[in-house]
Amino acid sequence: MMRRDLCLAELARYRTDQIVVATYHAAFDWIRLQPHSLNYLSIGAMGLASSHALGLALGRPDKQVIVLDGDGSLLMNLGSLVTIAEVAPRNLIHFVCVNGTYEANGGHPTPGSGKVNFAGLARDAGFPRVYEFSDLPAFSSRIERLLREDGPTFVALKVEPGEPSPRDYNFIHGAETRSGFFAALNESRQIAR
Amino acid sequence: MGVIWPDYSKPHPTSLLPDTIRGSAIIGALKSCGIEYVITVPDITTSEGLLRPIAAGTDFRHIKVCKEDEGVGICAGLAFCKKRAVLLIQNTGLLDSVNALRAIAAEYALPICMMVGLLGKEIGRAPRDSEDCGVRIVEPVLDALGIEHHLLETDEHVSLIRPAIENAYGRSKPVALLLGRRPRAS
Repeated sequence: MMRRDLCLAELARYRTDQIVVATYHAAFDWIRLQPHSLNYLSIGAMGLASSHALGLALGRPDKQVIVLDGDGSLLMNLGSLVTIAEVAPRNLIHFVCVNGTYEANGGHPTPGSGKVNFAGLARDAGFPRVYEFSDLPAFSSRIERLLREDGPTFVALKVEPGEPSPRDYNFIHGAETRSGFFAALNESRQIAR
Repeated sequence: MGVIWPDYSKPHPTSLLPDTIRGSAIIGALKSCGIEYVITVPDITTSEGLLRPIAAGTDFRHIKVCKEDEGVGICAGLAFCKKRAVLLIQNTGLLDSVNALRAIAAEYALPICMMVGLLGKEIGRAPRDSEDCGVRIVEPVLDALGIEHHLLETDEHVSLIRPAIENAYGRSKPVALLLGRRPRAS
């Protein structure tokens, strides 16, 4: 088991100009660790992070799109694994932080907590590259190479909460956060050209 | 006493009348306003006149989704990339996606453009007056969400499509185009 914030801190070391779509506690940890104008945080409805990410990956094939999902969230949108595998965007990498609880809603256990094999679900949905990590050194040693591979890639991270991050829902859902992302994303298009 | 359900798999006789809306005209209107992506869950109302030609053609990138609310998220992501999309679904799928529409379309004010087949709508009867609960509540639900909507039933109504979609993207707001008749596959 890894601390989620330490795990995301490892990922942050290799973040350059990727779009990062993050939800709930992964988002709270991520914006503490990696404030960035290309963080996409306004998911709106629980479970839809991977779907927003697919739209971004289709619309911007020049940029890698990283999803930081939760297991409770993904359970609400398991079909998106099938959809993403079929569309097969090479620039999408889907991380799911597996802790077996609805952390944002009282810490109640998810259905199938401790039993559901998220990596297996992704593999059987058709993801060509699937990984699972429960050990931080193993994840750290693999993350750089993993980010360089063509996707779609799915990565299950077996985590426990780490240092608490501020739950800034106003920032996540704020219109200024979205307009800042929109401006940054389309500015990056101009630079890329 | 059991409920006797209509056989939705068979074309309603009046859907073959000459004044029924032409699928090719709808597709032309979508092309004219720069739609690049059509995200779909199959619906018997739009199956032959829209989905089949869209899936077989090269005018749009066709994305099949497992559930309609996925499509709301995908359209949002595309909108941030300045890419235009239409979500082609059934009224049942719209109702299943209300929370996604509440947040992403209504609260975030993103240009989520939907084309919605009204399964079970009776010819010549307004959706609000339908005997079918799933049809009857669609417009009130959209009104409650503050989502603009238009009913498309004849070729004359095709002219509503382009301004509705241009307005949605121009002003960053959602719109629902409700198909009350099965579009002809021509």
